[in-house]
Amino acid sequence: MKFLDEYRDPTAVRRYVRAIAEITTRDWTIMEICGGQTHSIVKFGLDSLLPDKITLLHGPGCPVCVTPAELIDKAIEIASRPEVIFCSFGDMMRVPGTGKDLLSVKAAGGDIRMVYSPLDAVRLARENPHRQVVFFAIGFETTAPANAMAVMQAKQSGLKNFTVLVSHVLVPPAIEAILSSPDNRVQGFLAAGHVCAVMGYTEYEPIAEQFRVPIVVTGFEPLDIIQGIYLCIKQLEEKRFEVENAYSRVVNREGNRTAQRVMGDLFRVVNRKWRGIGEIPASGLGLKEEYKEFDAELRFGVAGKKVEEATECISGLILRGMKKPPDCPAYGTKCTPEHPLGATMVSSEGTCAAYYSYRRLAPLGKSESQRQKNG
Amino acid sequence: MCLAIPGKIKSIISDEPLSRTARVDFGGTIREVNLVCVPEAKIGDYVLVHVGMALSTIDETEAQQVFRYLREMEDLSESRESGDEIS
Ligand code: SF4
Repeated sequence: MKFLDEYRDPTAVRRYVRAIAEITTRDWTIMEICGGQTHSIVKFGLDSLLPDKITLLHGPGCPVCVTPAELIDKAIEIASRPEVIFCSFGDMMRVPGTGKDLLSVKAAGGDIRMVYSPLDAVRLARENPHRQVVFFAIGFETTAPANAMAVMQAKQSGLKNFTVLVSHVLVPPAIEAILSSPDNRVQGFLAAGHVCAVMGYTEYEPIAEQFRVPIVVTGFEPLDIIQGIYLCIKQLEEKRFEVENAYSRVVNREGNRTAQRVMGDLFRVVNRKWRGIGEIPASGLGLKEEYKEFDAELRFGVAGKKVEEATECISGLILRGMKKPPDCPAYGTKCTPEHPLGATMVSSEGTCAAYYSYRRLAPLGKSESQRQKNG
Repeated sequence: MCLAIPGKIKSIISDEPLSRTARVDFGGTIREVNLVCVPEAKIGDYVLVHVGMALSTIDETEAQQVFRYLREMEDLSESRESGDEIS
């Protein structure tokens, strides 16, 4: 396919790999933010092509993974109601709440539908005026315009039977939280290209400056990722700490102004709890007051619900780049994609699931704890 | 989750302000895509689509950037190497 296949050219990837080896003189640790990038890196084995001096850490950029258990519980409560058609992206179906997942509600007769787009859920609401249609609006900045558009269309059509359960998260506050942690090891970032397609990258400029980290806006294909890594290492070696755009076919500095306007009309910035990490101030989006009639939490009276998350899973440490999946005692034994204990095993973009699918129990690199032990 | 794929606009099927919609070809699969966020996009353009929304129009010149950069980088290191030999 045009604009995909050419960015998988192994020869060009190898030429970048060689160039990376030539410029790398020291140990560097960089983090890719986005789960889609983690998936590509592990799938194509890009990390195993890099010099030993370079460590890639996998970031918190999988919205499915970071959706807090209490929100899944709310989804389950709403989806169990007989009058509700609950619509969700497929990845959310098997994410465990504190007890069940959505799939088990469906098995017990709940009307749960996997949709490709939130706009499909609006169509369902139009077609089923006597049912309540609820869309599980999760995602980063990439998905926010579509979710906002769905609510706008519902309002314009005067739909009274459409609501959204919102769990939107934002990338820059997560990067700041990682960098502010006393045991942070990340020295450079690959920023998520599709988030930046919407938001541009001006938000990252003060972060790069304040924390002295290079941030390279990076795409998702192997060649995009390897170029992003090259540019990030080059900056580190040259002691530059700038925001650079390695995905200019899709991203420009200002982002998509129309999409930002659509989001801004609907959403406001709120504090948000991240699964495994906890609450990060001003790290999410919620519906504005004017749109509260579209808020599923209010319509179904689940707003106040709070739950504690299970402690066995170390996905919180994985999401912050402090551990890798093989460090978890449950990895591949008690916890597999068929029976996930934690969120990073559930979505194919979660770090644990990516390792499990492509590496099974024989990880290519040393595990994180071994690495630390060996100094 | 942030998966977004490029597709080519085949035809515009609605010009309503909140639902400007196109039929977009993804390597043979045709889907309806909301174009509200890419008002400049026209038939024949490639757009990057995520959950039914086009998020940007793909810049065909910039699409070569990753290859251009590689060539420039290698030319530079070759000229540096040959420079070393001379000195
Ligand atoms: S392997 Fe399972 S239990 Fe362990 S960190 Fe990953 S998701 Fe959590």
